[in-house]
Amino acid sequence: MVTLKTFSGPQPAWCPGCGNFAILNTFKEVMVELKLEPHQFTVVSGIGQAAKLPHYTKCNTFNGLHGRALPVATGIRLANPAMPVIVTTGDGDCYGEGGNHLLAAMRRNINVKLFVHNNQIYGLTKGQPSPTSDEGTRAKNVPGGVISQPLNPMALGVALDCGFVARSFAADMEHLKEMMKEAMSHQGLALLDILQPCITFNKVNTYKWYRERVYHLEPDYDPEDRLSAFAKALEWGERIPIGVIYRNSRPAYEEHVPVLAGGSLVQQAFDPAKIEATLQDFY
Amino acid sequence: MDYSIKIGGEAGQGIQTIGEGLGRIFARSGYHVFSHQDYESRVRGGHNFYQLRFANHPLAASRQNMDILVALDRESITRHGQELTPKGRVIYDAAALDFSSDDPAFLAIPFEKLAQEQGGSKIMANTVATGAVLGMLGLDLDLLLKLIAALFHKKGDAVVEANRNAARAGYQFAREHGDGVSFEVAAAEGQQRLLIGGIEAIGLGALASGCTFYAAYPMTPSTGILNFLASKGKEYGVMVEQAEDEIAAINMALGASYAGLRAMTGTSGGGFALMAEGLSLAGMTETPIVIAMGQRPGPATGLPTRTEQGDLGFLLTAGHGEFPRVILAPGTAEQAFYLTNKAFELAEKYQIPVFLLFDTYLGDSQWTYDGLDLKQVSYHDYRLRGEAFGEQQDYKRYALTDSGISPLGVPGDAAHLVVVDSDEHDEEGHIIEDNATRNQMVEKRLFRKLPLIKGEMAPPKLYGEQEPRVVLVGWGSTYGVMKEAVDALAESEKIAMLHFSEIFPLPEMAPFDYRAFLDQVPLAVCIELNATGQFSRLLRAETGFEFKAVIHKYDGRPFTVEELIGEIHGHLKDI
Ligand SMILES: Cc1ncc(C[n+]2csc(CCOP(=O)(O)OP(=O)(O)O)c2C)c(N)n1
Ligand SMILES: [Mg+2]
Repeated sequence: MVTLKTFSGPQPAWCPGCGNFAILNTFKEVMVELKLEPHQFTVVSGIGQAAKLPHYTKCNTFNGLHGRALPVATGIRLANPAMPVIVTTGDGDCYGEGGNHLLAAMRRNINVKLFVHNNQIYGLTKGQPSPTSDEGTRAKNVPGGVISQPLNPMALGVALDCGFVARSFAADMEHLKEMMKEAMSHQGLALLDILQPCITFNKVNTYKWYRERVYHLEPDYDPEDRLSAFAKALEWGERIPIGVIYRNSRPAYEEHVPVLAGGSLVQQAFDPAKIEATLQDFY
Repeated sequence: MDYSIKIGGEAGQGIQTIGEGLGRIFARSGYHVFSHQDYESRVRGGHNFYQLRFANHPLAASRQNMDILVALDRESITRHGQELTPKGRVIYDAAALDFSSDDPAFLAIPFEKLAQEQGGSKIMANTVATGAVLGMLGLDLDLLLKLIAALFHKKGDAVVEANRNAARAGYQFAREHGDGVSFEVAAAEGQQRLLIGGIEAIGLGALASGCTFYAAYPMTPSTGILNFLASKGKEYGVMVEQAEDEIAAINMALGASYAGLRAMTGTSGGGFALMAEGLSLAGMTETPIVIAMGQRPGPATGLPTRTEQGDLGFLLTAGHGEFPRVILAPGTAEQAFYLTNKAFELAEKYQIPVFLLFDTYLGDSQWTYDGLDLKQVSYHDYRLRGEAFGEQQDYKRYALTDSGISPLGVPGDAAHLVVVDSDEHDEEGHIIEDNATRNQMVEKRLFRKLPLIKGEMAPPKLYGEQEPRVVLVGWGSTYGVMKEAVDALAESEKIAMLHFSEIFPLPEMAPFDYRAFLDQVPLAVCIELNATGQFSRLLRAETGFEFKAVIHKYDGRPFTVEELIGEIHGHLKDI
């Protein structure tokens, strides 16, 4: 029987009060509810505060390089499509350093759950602006404020026809749990952007700031209508919608790959006898 | 008997089709064949050539001069007209080239007109030319007719018949008009032989080693591996993925390897520069991976389709931090096959990155062999799977062991967790900061493994005179040309070749003390296709031996036998 205890790990090295704690606890609850045992799934992460999450629980873990979680996750899925793969990543890790991989993962629609801890800042490196920092954000390295416009991950997801595009808020744990569960059951790339207050380096986008703006999508909102989803995705500022912004039923990449039709390649035994026949092609 | 044929023309004219067809026919006839290619980085136009050699003895390189030049453009004549042997002939289409010559060495054959008459299309001019070459050599046309059937059967009987007629027309024209032109080709002394290129040998070696994952981003000269494995993907159950960039390619391969597959990626210098951080990740996480690194001249984009041995130094130190690696550099297609297998075995046994370092010349060249011996191919599954994994007590991915090799479990196969981390980690794979664990891990993944890995490296191959006055030293793709130079000079000189194909870490001095050997030879010449002598630097750093004579070439072209002999003569004066 999996219980919360099954997933308990060492004390996280995050700042007390960090939004990551709520994400970690919700993550564990979801795994318990889904009755997944720690060895039955793999968490891939890059580098950043968010990316340390797998060390603070129990799971198969590939904690790789900054920005490169998605290609590792893709490699695991293409080798063993029976293994559920979750990526825990930050806004810098995923939207900045790993940008090209995000575009490719959305185009492929690889069946990976992508949980982005979006604190609109580079936490681990002590407070530089990230791709989602609002215009004007000031930091030690940009005393005059950020000039570039922020990346809108929801609009990007809709534009690339990503199969599952959702947003949640770390302090709304019930909502976060629902979103994580929906992402887990989606068969394709599931982008879940999680608004995560960084109490140390982001003095603008605080718990209070988010609470004043965040609202649940209306019950009659239709996430399958791509055009209205795009309009919803553009909402940011005074009011910030959370929930499933967009979804479609594109089959996952793995389902199109002929080599994977027989299931996981990891379970297939190697038969050296075929080589003899292939050698004949060279005569 | 030893004939060379060069087919020259623009990109897109089909010189490769003619070259490959002739190569296959010679090999099937039972001759030994060697071929190499020279082409520009463009899809149409420019000047390219395909050079083949066939004989009744094993061949390992191209000659400077040729017996038949098939000129599909005028530039072939201006560039290579002087390269004919005394009895050499040029065949060309006077109308197509808008050129004619009274020189008796030149035989005009209306390739296009004959193609039009026989097959109804100029496209078959290449088939006419192939038939004409066989006609000049007085070889049997039958093998070409069979090859045509195999190549075109999917396009229907009409296409097959038209091409066969085109081949016959070219053949007959050469027989009728080539008086005093044809060659006295000795009958083949062997059985039908296997003809294989360097790229194919690497791909085949990967398949024979149980490789089931290949991710890459296209880049000459490694793209052929991607194509080859993709063509076999379904049959062998190989997942082949075109990655969004080289960074993704190596990280995907590492993900697949972590998941339990034998994984490989391939690239060239520029793409490998992007992989450097991923290489370091393989080192830290001790994830097995094979990297096929095809060199071409740099820096930057350099000469994209040409050849060089310019990236050895880069590979030796690529990737930040300190971790073990192996570099294997085959000199022939046969070595490429067996060394690809060795690369997979070593990568998995020691959980390290292993390079297969080749170059454009090796990738594109072809060799003939009686066969490849599959009994020499090893396959050991070094991973912990299924029940065997489940039975482990207290599994730790980075358990400290005497050999430094920790158990490599397949995630999901048992209740044990497989945790790997690019941060420094403890035995379980979790992030640490303390110095004691750091020291233990460096000791484990580096110092304990290094001597074991070094012991796996095969000694260099000594060919020719056992107590020579002159020794040619080289690595990788210069094997063939050095060997032929030794053969050619052996009559007048006590000469040998010392060839390294397992170059890092350099092999131990037992059982063959190559350092002592080199010390005793009056003249040791290090031959490299680069400007700075990267291998001689490695040898000096590792063994203290310093070459007094070197031959370096960096124009992006391989040595021909004559060219290398000329260079060696320049050094013989010094002893
Ligand atoms: C190649 C590389 N570049 C830079 C870094 C330094 N670095 C580590 S984490 C990070 C940014 C992390 O930001 P984010 O992904 O938003 O994670 P957070 O710490 O905010 O959760 C940077 C720049 C690195 N580890 N590797
Ligand atoms: Mg961040």
